[in-house]
Amino acid sequence: MNRFAALIEALAFEPRRLAKLTLMEDYFRAAPDPDRGYCLAALCGALELPSAKPAMLRQLISERTDPVLFALSYDYVGDLSETIALLWPAPAGGPVRDAAIGAVVETLQKATRREVAGLVADWLDTLDERGRWALLKLMTGGFRIGVSASLAKLALARFGRVEAAAIEEIWHGLAPPYAGLFAWLEGRGPRPDPGQALTFRSPMLAHPVEDEDFDRLDPRDFSAEWKWDGIRVQAAGRLRGNDAEIRLFSRSGDDITAAFPDLAGALRFEGVIDGELVVLDGDAVAPFSAVQQRLNRKAVSARLMAEFPAHLIAYDCLFAGEEDLRSLALAGRRERLEALVATHGGRLRASPPLEFDSWADLARQRAQSAEHPAIEGVMLKRLASPYLAGRPKGHWYKWKRDPGLVDCVLMYAQRGHGKRSSYYSDFTFGVWDGDRLVPVGKAYFGFSDAELIELDRFVRQNTTNRFGPVREIMHDARTGLVLEIAYEGLQRSTRHKSGIAMRFPRIHRIRWDKPPAEADRLTTLQAALARAPASPDAPDA
Amino acid sequence: MPRAIGRGPRYVKSSRSVLDVPILETALAIRPETLLHPRPEGLYCPPGDFYIDPLRPVARALITHAHSDHARAGHGHVLATRETLDIMRIRLGDGFCGSEQAMPFGGSLTHGGVRVGFHPAGHVLGSAQIELEWQGCRIVVSGDYKRRTDPTAEPFALRRCDVFVTEATFGLPVFRHPDARDEAGRLLASLARFPERTHLIGAYSLGKAQRMIRLLRECGHDAPILLHGALEKVTQYYETRGIALGPLEPVAGRKAQDLAGRIVLCPPSALADRWSRRFPDPVTAVASGWMRIRARARQRGAEIPMVISDHADWRELQQTILETGASEIWVTHGQEDALVHWCQQRGLAARPLRLVGYGDEEAA
Repeated sequence: MNRFAALIEALAFEPRRLAKLTLMEDYFRAAPDPDRGYCLAALCGALELPSAKPAMLRQLISERTDPVLFALSYDYVGDLSETIALLWPAPAGGPVRDAAIGAVVETLQKATRREVAGLVADWLDTLDERGRWALLKLMTGGFRIGVSASLAKLALARFGRVEAAAIEEIWHGLAPPYAGLFAWLEGRGPRPDPGQALTFRSPMLAHPVEDEDFDRLDPRDFSAEWKWDGIRVQAAGRLRGNDAEIRLFSRSGDDITAAFPDLAGALRFEGVIDGELVVLDGDAVAPFSAVQQRLNRKAVSARLMAEFPAHLIAYDCLFAGEEDLRSLALAGRRERLEALVATHGGRLRASPPLEFDSWADLARQRAQSAEHPAIEGVMLKRLASPYLAGRPKGHWYKWKRDPGLVDCVLMYAQRGHGKRSSYYSDFTFGVWDGDRLVPVGKAYFGFSDAELIELDRFVRQNTTNRFGPVREIMHDARTGLVLEIAYEGLQRSTRHKSGIAMRFPRIHRIRWDKPPAEADRLTTLQAALARAPASPDAPDA
Repeated sequence: MPRAIGRGPRYVKSSRSVLDVPILETALAIRPETLLHPRPEGLYCPPGDFYIDPLRPVARALITHAHSDHARAGHGHVLATRETLDIMRIRLGDGFCGSEQAMPFGGSLTHGGVRVGFHPAGHVLGSAQIELEWQGCRIVVSGDYKRRTDPTAEPFALRRCDVFVTEATFGLPVFRHPDARDEAGRLLASLARFPERTHLIGAYSLGKAQRMIRLLRECGHDAPILLHGALEKVTQYYETRGIALGPLEPVAGRKAQDLAGRIVLCPPSALADRWSRRFPDPVTAVASGWMRIRARARQRGAEIPMVISDHADWRELQQTILETGASEIWVTHGQEDALVHWCQQRGLAARPLRLVGYGDEEAA
């Protein structure tokens, strides 16, 4: 664990991307199999240790520390693994032993649920503090060290002197600890055969459009479509006799097929499609909150699938059968996509192109879509562009709607997690309903680091009450802090006392100058909600 | 056998004390709040009509140490150690108060019937605990304090008392300060590995910076250390008080190639400032107790987080509370909830004072 712990700690404190790559390359060179393979899996989020659960770790620490002191410490540190690593009462003068990551992972994978707690406690007793942190991070996942799966794979590509895309093409056929992959990269073995595995292709991403771009761009060179507020999905499919094999990948290449068996089971095609996964409510595209119901679920129940059915609105086609279409112009790919969709039906449909003759015309349509809960804005795509991995300049643009703005009063604050841990950075805010404030949302970003320090100080100096980790902040007509909140849309909500939920709220400006009495009223938000049209129909199947 | 000593405190051996320190059981003639209690201006002593470390200008102030959250300008009469008064003048300018009076460590005076004594707190040069005694009740206000060895500050002197007013900056069990020399050693190891890169250390300008320099000297680094302008005056003052810091030079006016491989000290805020752009490819280090928490270290952009603190850590807070023998603990600022909880678990009366305004500087 020592070598692995040293690596992830160095990565955590190294801000420079190039130096991070070097650290990982050096590690892949120095560490033996299977340690480096499990480390790679951990960095890529591909390591599954189903028996190691946060609840078990909480149980272990609760047997060893005062629960109140643990809760206060966790609230402050904002990270379960780090809190336990710092608090763990290692036996004084006890043996300090190292346990290699490979041995730890393989022991955990073989252990029964009952054995795991004892194993983990034993490791925690004998590892040093950094080793404890690394072990706990390994078990709970989510290192928060500024390394994405793609960065780890890039370091691997540099280590093996191959293109990153060459690793990506075979990645989904591989499993930890990747002995064959390392053998190939070291010139000791053949390139692993991706075989029949359906693999993920790096997607093409868009730039936000700037006002001045419109002077340079000719509307005749572009196609436009709605920017649906779902999740970007790549669907790869193949037919085997009567059966279709389908895999769904998220934008970052995670395999999310298991979360959407209704959609995967309804698809039947050969090739690779790029599109937006949405939930339909009847024939209308439901707001993003409906898609959220389907995310991060342990089990996907039949009821959930019936209530929030997943559909795919396709906008591009990367492969038709075995044929790679990525070098074709968008117009050509679009024809192939429509041909594929036409023979399909069901839960797959094509994103309808918007007709427009000038940017002003498109701007009008975009404005008319305002407050439609499932439309975030408009996508502009150059008709002549091939499908290019990454975020190439000058091809695709996203033209998001302007956010709504509302002045709210800070009511409660809580300490944040991750980067913002130990600062008060989660803010609940409200608007006036008569002469009292009702909470309408929570925001935890939108401010700078300097503003965070000021907000944290304001919270600590204006606390009127405490409910566990939550601080109530002075908020009456004369004293309090007004926050200008930007949001992407409003929805009716039965969960909030105000009856309104905000989509993507964030702090747009801190109004240190504005008295709380002048903040907005609930009626303002209710009026904005009433203006929103009913959900428009989904594109025709 | 517990033995009563007149009306004053009596000492009993507590079976609950892990550290095996006797706990003082009080049989006080007065309620301690009549001697000292919080007001919006700060801690107030009615019989003496003075404040300790007031946050707003008052007529009479006793100051524990010169950090800006404790030592503010504009008071009428100020009583503090010679060092604290001198540093206040350096940082706040002449006329920082109406009149001043220096108190030597171990000395005492009586004002309004209250005996007032100053004793070293070990936090920074000149930092004092202030002891008040009136009608058989003794209260010690610690200010900020630490128990570790620090050749740049007078060592903490334990005072037994009835009420101990403690800080709680690092009042959570996750805070355990490691050996400061090991932390400084990590910086020097990095300098050996990257001899061409400037090593930039963010350290609070009063106390931490001078202690850091001294630590580097003790670890064998005797090359000139370069200082940000904000550190120069206070550091020079430390030297006039007989604290040897070795060769020191200003950063200002140096060319980029003249900065390679140097150790440069600056206030933490300068790390994120335009000032730091003059260094090509620097290694950034921060010396602070907060560096124990990885997220804090990353917020600061520290590549070498050094856990070096001028405050007591969790165990030292506990140790000190027990050793004072106090039966009542008042907590001024920091992570007061956890420390109050711990005291109450041990049967000590404890409460947070909820004084607003301390701990907002970078002094940790």
